[in-house]
Amino acid sequence: MSSSLLLSARHLQKQFGAVVAAHDLCVDIEVGQRVSLIGSNGAGKTTFVNMITGYLKPDQGSIHLGDTDITAMSPRQITRLGVARSFQIPQLYPALSVMDNMLVAMACHDNQLSMWRSASQPQHIERGVELLERFGLIQHRHRRVSELPGGVRKLLDIALALTGSPKLLLLDEPTSGVSAEEKFPMMETVMHALGNEPLTALFVEHDMDIVRRHADRVIAFYSGRIIADDAPEQALATDDVRRYVTGELRQEANHA
Amino acid sequence: MGLAVTILIDGLTYASWLFIVALGLTLVFGVLKILNIAHGSFYALGAYAAATFVGWVATMKWAPGWSLVAMLLAAIAIAVLIAPLTERGLLRFFYGHDEVLLVLVTYALFLCMEDITKLIWGANPYYVSEPYSLFGNVEIGNQIYVGYDFLLVVLAVVVGVAVWWALNRTRQGKIVTAVIHSPEIASSMGIQVSKVYMHAFGVGVFLAALGGAFTAPMISVQPGVSVGVIILSFAVVIIGGLGSIEGAAIGALIVGLARAFAVHVVPVAELFSIYVVMAFVLMVRPEGLFQRIQARKI
Amino acid sequence: MHRSFTFLTWAALLCTAALLALGLVLPKWLLFMCTMAFANGLVSLGIVLLMRGGVVAFGQGLMSAIGGYTAALLFQKMGITDAIVLTLVGGITATLLTAPFAPLLSRYRGIFFSMLTLAMSMVGYGILVKTERLGGSDGFNLGRVSVLGQALSDDWVGYVLYAVAVFFACLMSYLSRIYFDSTRGLITQAIRENELRVEYLGGSVRHTMALNFVLAAFMGGCGGALAVMALGHIDPNFSYWTTSGEFVFVAILAGTQSVIAIMLSSVILEAVRSFSSAYFPNTWQLALGLFLMFVIRFLPLGLGSLWSPKSQKEQEA
Repeated sequence: MSSSLLLSARHLQKQFGAVVAAHDLCVDIEVGQRVSLIGSNGAGKTTFVNMITGYLKPDQGSIHLGDTDITAMSPRQITRLGVARSFQIPQLYPALSVMDNMLVAMACHDNQLSMWRSASQPQHIERGVELLERFGLIQHRHRRVSELPGGVRKLLDIALALTGSPKLLLLDEPTSGVSAEEKFPMMETVMHALGNEPLTALFVEHDMDIVRRHADRVIAFYSGRIIADDAPEQALATDDVRRYVTGELRQEANHA
Repeated sequence: MGLAVTILIDGLTYASWLFIVALGLTLVFGVLKILNIAHGSFYALGAYAAATFVGWVATMKWAPGWSLVAMLLAAIAIAVLIAPLTERGLLRFFYGHDEVLLVLVTYALFLCMEDITKLIWGANPYYVSEPYSLFGNVEIGNQIYVGYDFLLVVLAVVVGVAVWWALNRTRQGKIVTAVIHSPEIASSMGIQVSKVYMHAFGVGVFLAALGGAFTAPMISVQPGVSVGVIILSFAVVIIGGLGSIEGAAIGALIVGLARAFAVHVVPVAELFSIYVVMAFVLMVRPEGLFQRIQARKI
Repeated sequence: MHRSFTFLTWAALLCTAALLALGLVLPKWLLFMCTMAFANGLVSLGIVLLMRGGVVAFGQGLMSAIGGYTAALLFQKMGITDAIVLTLVGGITATLLTAPFAPLLSRYRGIFFSMLTLAMSMVGYGILVKTERLGGSDGFNLGRVSVLGQALSDDWVGYVLYAVAVFFACLMSYLSRIYFDSTRGLITQAIRENELRVEYLGGSVRHTMALNFVLAAFMGGCGGALAVMALGHIDPNFSYWTTSGEFVFVAILAGTQSVIAIMLSSVILEAVRSFSSAYFPNTWQLALGLFLMFVIRFLPLGLGSLWSPKSQKEQEA
């Protein structure tokens, strides 16, 4: 396997009863790419992300991270290999403060979980502050997460994923649930924050302007299959994408 | 051979009253999502009320058959008086909270009811033995069995069939099933969920009290009865699966037979055989034998 | 919440000294009550450890029974009378006997965890009641203990037992506070809030909860041993689920944020118990039940929430 290939998914198959969520998916992700996954709801994007991060096991096929086969691994094992994800519905620790949320992330990543070493170690606090500043969240550091507005929670969700310095970051609809005016600035913040890290990012997105602006590669899904895989301008110009994703072309009557 | 029959009949009898009580517990959990520790207290109330009512029948010198009616009325009285008070007056303030928190609330209720029962009926045991001899004795093989025990079996079957039929074949039953699956969606379809909760809880209390009332002739009714009953009921619903009627039946049979086996063959194991089975089921198949699992969505 | 190590050490030493001094002036019945309170408080401390991870353990009675029976057995059969040794061995035995179950229990949450621990506790009860060698349902007695090689006179035995209880309670509370503030301790709290995210950040819910369970077992065992030494008697009821329920009650009353609250709540329970059994023997459980309902409804985060810093809202000023 060439050294610049980070993630390789081969012939992934996943069915839920009669619904085919993934059909013979083959995807290669190179190091450093910013890939956007697009497709209408139910097309299979989140299933794909879930399979990579270990939440789901594919019925058939394999996933390799570098040379390691991660197909059957648990989310925890995959995370420890350098894959991190953010969630469509932010998964945070509501009763804890923003800073404590970051400290938890760092403690989880820490190889020496200690029964006496304080969770508020200086180096953890330093990294926490650094990340919070990058995401523009530092002013909230002492506030309880349950009191925060939606946009702030989404940013924190992503910041948590970054604490472990992952090689591969998967963002599941980072701008969903955020108001229209906030979407662009939010994505700018996220991408700017990612800019410093040497990592590869996949993000699921519905807003094509954001996709054009931030992705260097677009993979389009429909009915569990990949219908386009190209640079943004090319991918978004294909008939299939215009028909099944962006809705610019009308679909035939007998397609569901 | 004789031993096997004895174990079978003993187990069946034990399973019968346990099924009635556990059915109430599992119903309340299925509908209201509450694992009610005080369920044993309702059993005790049923037993005590039956003792009182049967006592009145005796003083009024009516035919002994009336004591059966008295026991049934005792169970109904308890359900009618206690269920609305408990559900409307206490539990509904905690709906939607963490399920373990609700368990603690029912634990607090159980503590209160232990002493309330003592205040009303005193600490001395009551014996309601007259009904026990109502059905004479039955000889099977070489062993004599008390006819009353078979009444319990019949009662359990009747109750089981009645509840199953009500839930699956009546309109009200369909409404209850809807609430079991999703209170929010049921509510948005116009179902008065709070009414369903009230009635389901009422049935649950009735079943506990019924079990207590009809077991009263077989035990000494005294403080502390509730404690043993709730533990056994838990074992049954955990084994059978929370919220499942068939589960309650199978669970009760397993517990009843395990206990009968222990009592007759391995007396040392009597007390903990049931908990070992319960722990085993929890380890191997925590959702019980008849349960659907829900996955967490992200 | 993140107080410095030196502050904590000084606070612990001062507390211990203050309680020891106080013990010198307390009447015998109050000394006994406090000894029981601290012994039981240790068991409840174990429950709080697990509650911080989001599960309620209804089986700590088993741990306390193991600790108690171990202490009583060592005393009767092997002539070991030192209170400190008995306490430690009680704790260690409880840990060793239940540690094999830790990996299993760490997989469960919510009602199932509670029911499984309750079942364990009742299995323990069942075994103890039917084991004649351990005294069956009557249990058995324990004579007068010694401390550090010294035999204890009538005048001093009450105070010395109190002092041993104070020592263990303060030490365990101090260590627990350090543990709560550690990385493991913080992850425990995170598990309560969102186990899924902990796994997705690379942390292990099972490892942490298994560790918490083992620590709780140790505390329970120590507490049980201390209680037996104070009471002079042990029986299977230590393992009955209603006894476990009382320890849970103290944990609920105390809340999960303050270790001092746990010992305080345990003292309150003992006080209510003594008062009730003297004046209202038939309404002790009613009082307890109403108290519990009140706490759940109006003080759901426990006494500790009254003085623990809330998520530093004050620091924003």
